[in-house]
Amino acid sequence: MADKKTLIEVKDLKEYFYINTGLFSSKPLKAVDGVSFTINKGETLGLVGESGCGKTTVGRTMLHLYKPTSGEIWYDGKQIKSRSDIKEFRKKATMVFQDPYSSLNPRMTVSDIIGEPLDVHGLYKTKQERQDRILELMSYVGLNSEHAARYAHEFSGGQRQRIGIARSLAVNPDFIVCDEPVSALDVSIQAQVINMFDELQEKLGLTYLFVAHDLLVVRHISDRIAVMYLGKMVELAPASEIYDKPLHPYSKSLLSAVPIPDPKIARANKRIVLSGDIPSPLNAPSGCPFRTRCKYATEKCAESMPEFKEISKGHFVACHHVADIN
Amino acid sequence: MALLEVKNLQTSFFTDAGEVKAVNDVSFTLDRGKVLGIVGESGSGKSVTAYSIMQILAGTGKIVGGSIKFDGQELVGAGEKVMKNIRGNKISIIFQDPMTSLNPTYTIGHQLMEAILLHTDRDRKQAYERAVEMLRLVNVNEPERRMKQYPYEFSGGMRQRVMIAMALACEPDILIADEPTTALDVTIQAQILELMGSLQKELGMAIIMITHDLGVVAQICDEVIVMYAGSICEQGTADEIFYNPCHEYTKGLLRSIPTTDTAGRKLQPITGTPIDLLNMPKGCPFAPRCNFAMKICINHRAERMPINSDHAAACWMNVKHGVQNGEIEIENDEPKNAEKGGETVG
Repeated sequence: MADKKTLIEVKDLKEYFYINTGLFSSKPLKAVDGVSFTINKGETLGLVGESGCGKTTVGRTMLHLYKPTSGEIWYDGKQIKSRSDIKEFRKKATMVFQDPYSSLNPRMTVSDIIGEPLDVHGLYKTKQERQDRILELMSYVGLNSEHAARYAHEFSGGQRQRIGIARSLAVNPDFIVCDEPVSALDVSIQAQVINMFDELQEKLGLTYLFVAHDLLVVRHISDRIAVMYLGKMVELAPASEIYDKPLHPYSKSLLSAVPIPDPKIARANKRIVLSGDIPSPLNAPSGCPFRTRCKYATEKCAESMPEFKEISKGHFVACHHVADIN
Repeated sequence: MALLEVKNLQTSFFTDAGEVKAVNDVSFTLDRGKVLGIVGESGSGKSVTAYSIMQILAGTGKIVGGSIKFDGQELVGAGEKVMKNIRGNKISIIFQDPMTSLNPTYTIGHQLMEAILLHTDRDRKQAYERAVEMLRLVNVNEPERRMKQYPYEFSGGMRQRVMIAMALACEPDILIADEPTTALDVTIQAQILELMGSLQKELGMAIIMITHDLGVVAQICDEVIVMYAGSICEQGTADEIFYNPCHEYTKGLLRSIPTTDTAGRKLQPITGTPIDLLNMPKGCPFAPRCNFAMKICINHRAERMPINSDHAAACWMNVKHGVQNGEIEIENDEPKNAEKGGETVG
């Protein structure tokens, strides 16, 4: 946070998946529909939203795991476009996956899993160098050297996630997309892994995009938080501001729905319970995507998508009626 | 008389690797109209406790000891015939995953009516009416049309509503909810919890809420049981558990969850890894992960100790504190253990 240099800039990113609706017809599923944001060096940007809102797709498309339908991704002042850009970029930006069970190859030893990125990018000269680097990475995440020859199934969920994190650190990246890295873990283990993310950030100067649906975890780890709904970003603000003073009606109800682990607060808490479900992204409503569940919706909301505007410094909201309802 | 009385329940799974004591000496009572929360991490035995009450354990699982009394009637060893009358009729259960607990090949209406026809003496027409009424009760729009649809046409939250409708169709006295909102998004979770809360008040039933989410517990539970490695480490009213935790595991859990106050600070995790139920330690199962473990914790499992009329915990630290502030006097040989335990290990 010390220097506010922009590390990554995403401009109007779109990712459409084409879904077959008949023998010869298909329809675009707009998983991400025009999202723009920046991430500063050394900061953690939290990305929250309900399942199907496109938050995971944003993370994956940023790393070109999916080819963007349109839009630009700039890294350190350089646009990532050609194949060689992408290969270079993947040495700088890596990913930690949600499920520590399916994201590790059961037929590889821990040292091969962690060493694979080193092999792919040719980051060592001698076998000894490779081995030393693997052991160094394992010590970063609190695994000891005797674990190196074992297989993933011999570890608990929390330890597997540590292996996944060590793998993502192998190429010595600046930026890591963390896609729900703690949601598959038990509460008592979650805190260990969250602290590890904190410590690694301090030690290695990492920048995170932290995708999660657990809002208390995101609040804890993030400097700024972005809220997504149906493929669009509806609000982006510093973490404390979005919790104390959410402006978008969707953020308001999302945050009020979080169960607070304190009986007195929980009983007094007035929840804004939304009616209905998220519409299918195949039939997204016209205009503002949230209007079908929003109690403030007017005709204007059906006609046009509100602009993603900066209301106060660093606080962006996409809502036509933001001034009236707050 | 309590509606449900569980005493010294022991359930084991007999696997090739040996006996796994999934539930070890669990006792609690549940009164009419109360919401009891059972909290614990995976493998703590919270779901097995529920399955034992319903006697729907998997093939290798068996209740090896203890008693479960429903309304005064003993259920352990009561036989399938009695249980068939209890299940669905008196005690209903909803499962964690609404995606897999409905049959994809039958319509929602068929599955709802099946439960009603099986447990009551309504005819098909009455059962249909009851099913529609139940769907309306759980806020499913256009229930008549929805009756003809298949589970794939429902969203996750809708399916969980159908499961609740099914569980409540026969007006059970107890509803067991096994992580009912874990698979759902927070806004949908809020809808379902709100619905369960209002139905509970309306119908006056008791709920056993099994969850790992302390936020959910804080929101709807009157009483709480905290489980670790198959046994109860602490039980009491929600306020007592949250504001006056007396077991190191409960304290650790409450410290380790991020709240609005922890932003920018380090969390205080519980160290170590969850326990292997096949290799249970001799003493307190939490001792290997406990920062305050004493000699006595490693050799002797703590008994359930009353803290006050609403609260009990199984932790030797309470004895230590008691001795230190003079509440417990050392007279004869027995509490000497506690004195010896005063020095911490490691």
